[in-house]
Amino acid sequence: MGKMINIQPITRIEGHASIGIQLDDDGNVADARVNVMSLRGFEKFVEGKPAEELPRIVNRICGICPWMHHLASNKAVDGCFGVVPTPAGHKLRELMQTISHAEDKLLHFFFLAAADFVIGPDSDYAVRNVIGIVKANPELASKVVKMRQMAKMILDKFSKKTIHPVAGVPGGFAKPLLEEERVDILDKMRQILDFAMFTMDFAKKEVFPKYLETIQSLGVIKTGFIGTVDDEGALNLYDGKLRLMKPDMTYEEFAPANYTDYLAEKIIDHSYGKFPYAKSWNEGFSMDLENPKGIYRANTLARINVADKMATPKAQAELEEFRSLFGRPAQATLLYHYARLIEEVYACERAIEILEDPVITDPDVRAKVEPKAGRGVGCVEAPRGTLIHDYSTDENGLITRANLIVGTTHNLGPINMSVNQAARSLIKNGTYDEGTLNKIEMAVRAYDP
Amino acid sequence: MKVNVASEWLNSCSGCEISIIDMGERLLDVLQVADIVHLPALMDSKYFGQMGDKSHLSIPKADVGIISGSIRNQEHVEVAEEMRKKCNIIIALGTCATHGGIPSLSNSYDNEETLDRYYSTESTDVENNKNDTGKGYPAKDIPKLLDACYALDEKIKVDIYLPGCPPHPDHIFHALTALVSGKELKLPEKSVCDTCPTIRKGKGDLKKLRRFLEAPLYGAAGESLDKMRCLLEQGFLCMGPVTRGGCGGDAKDPRCISARVPCRGCYGPVRHEGNQRLDMLNALVSNGIDINSLPESTSLLRFSGGHGMLRPKFKKKKEI
Ligand code: SF4
Ligand code: SF4
Ligand code: SF4
Repeated sequence: MGKMINIQPITRIEGHASIGIQLDDDGNVADARVNVMSLRGFEKFVEGKPAEELPRIVNRICGICPWMHHLASNKAVDGCFGVVPTPAGHKLRELMQTISHAEDKLLHFFFLAAADFVIGPDSDYAVRNVIGIVKANPELASKVVKMRQMAKMILDKFSKKTIHPVAGVPGGFAKPLLEEERVDILDKMRQILDFAMFTMDFAKKEVFPKYLETIQSLGVIKTGFIGTVDDEGALNLYDGKLRLMKPDMTYEEFAPANYTDYLAEKIIDHSYGKFPYAKSWNEGFSMDLENPKGIYRANTLARINVADKMATPKAQAELEEFRSLFGRPAQATLLYHYARLIEEVYACERAIEILEDPVITDPDVRAKVEPKAGRGVGCVEAPRGTLIHDYSTDENGLITRANLIVGTTHNLGPINMSVNQAARSLIKNGTYDEGTLNKIEMAVRAYDP
Repeated sequence: MKVNVASEWLNSCSGCEISIIDMGERLLDVLQVADIVHLPALMDSKYFGQMGDKSHLSIPKADVGIISGSIRNQEHVEVAEEMRKKCNIIIALGTCATHGGIPSLSNSYDNEETLDRYYSTESTDVENNKNDTGKGYPAKDIPKLLDACYALDEKIKVDIYLPGCPPHPDHIFHALTALVSGKELKLPEKSVCDTCPTIRKGKGDLKKLRRFLEAPLYGAAGESLDKMRCLLEQGFLCMGPVTRGGCGGDAKDPRCISARVPCRGCYGPVRHEGNQRLDMLNALVSNGIDINSLPESTSLLRFSGGHGMLRPKFKKKKEI
């Protein structure tokens, strides 16, 4: 056996993972894979805890998207206790989730991913980061920091705690929105929408055209997709039914509560995280690049592939342009970035719609709940993919069983495949450099794991 | 002169790093006086060299090392030890690093129980997953789990503690600017209650606590916090008395209370060595409140289960 290349840690991603590439004697790739390095065991340690406390415990799964866990958890507890949130409580949750999406995508695109494109994939690692962008383009950087901060502080100011939120509660939301707060947030979201449109244009002019060849080759694999749609088949981030699509575009739709009929998770020897696959396709699981089995993807590109349309006008126009360029379903992995920016536009437009709905300032934000035995499945689209929380409670409303499928994990199989594809096509006869290894990581970063 | 900063995350959620970014434009000011030499969340410096071919884990030298997250596996130990070796000052950032944090709730179980559950959930493909361990637990090229989840100072020496889940960006900013300018760092040493403006009249005839299943009374929608009766006095469990204050940052008001939600203790105990469960139960008992009205008490240590506070054997005893 030849050399082992150990890319550790994978950087500018949210989680903890490494890439191992085994070369053969000729310096070609024998095997390449992604190891998920940690396990915290939330599924076990939430047992016995009062269900209403879970939304404030499980949000610690992720500090980048704590709102997603917080709200999926609240929905699951609503289900266990058999309560329907008040209309204002429901809308406030969606508002927080949508603004959180808008903030998250700016963070990912500019703080984590952009350096590969703006500074360049082969540039020195010491400057290939957001600090490098700050130095190279201070004007753009200060605008980005300002806009991302504005989105983040809307959440912080209104909900009082946005990293590891507490304001979502079983039965609705903990505090109402005042009219003057609504007006202020609306004004800010309009500015962020303008910035989202600016970012879209910037990327369409300055980023994607320059990297078209890379986009069409790096980490490209062929898979199915999953995402949430509403009754009209439009993309929805907060609520709806799950659509699981095969590469040939045929699909099944199901209520999140029935997820175990459609999805299963495979235990993989080199990863603490389990790898989900499409059980309902009845073809098993394989990450073979030529002939994958059961593999589907989640997150931005998946959502815009499964959706027939976007529910808001500007995002719809962007989707049409995207489809005219790349078709449907688009399979190129780096297009996740493009899809992310389309969703950014949608999230801003949707937040504005919610803020224009009069129910949003209704003070009746929280229904009283009674602890009881039951089961609840809460599902939202997290920035990184479909997020499922599934709990059962005993008659005191204590958790007896919890199962979680976290957004990122749907993509573990596909990420492994993309890394394998990238490594095999970029490393030839022992020839590679730092830029090569960074490009392999770019195939991971597109998924924003 | 610029200060070199290295930052690492161990058994963590990235929230502490996002709180650093949430300094917003002040982050740009910090970058004027600090050079970041290692930060996996934002920068591409690698443990095994940029070509991935070194055999020993290495992190660049720095004046200040910031570490978030608890210690749960062998790799975390190696990274923490390397950081200690290469950095003059180590800051434990966040309650996971200072006290174990939420993931230390797993200390109520041994690893086998945790793994058994995770690898046999309703959606796990158990049948086709038996490997050489006979149990189907992953074991190849991934770091071995330690027997428990540890706070940072159980494994390496810590110089500065910045608790909070996550610490408020104001605190991170003050800590970094104090370090850069060589000034002494002053952090609040009071309890959350000491910073809480709610009305306290005494507990009255309160005997039992209620679970947080309905809204507390707080008057009209926009009524200020000093018009709301203390949540504990309204009969809801609130961990303010036994939790380190400061979560509101420069604005002062405790975050959760401002959201009309009781405190759950995310800043850890008031004194570093405090026991949030014991202190809270004592406080309740001495006020004549029936602690059997709490559905369980492990959750009172949800942020500080490291330092041996939570252990598997607890679950065999009767929980109060
Ligand atoms: S202290 Fe809180 S925010 Fe920081 S890593 Fe731990 S869970 Fe995340
Ligand atoms: S118990 Fe809670 S509500 Fe009452 S003063 Fe303390 S922190 Fe404030
Ligand atoms: S009120 Fe308590 S739980 Fe909430 S942020 Fe402050 S210290 Fe943390």
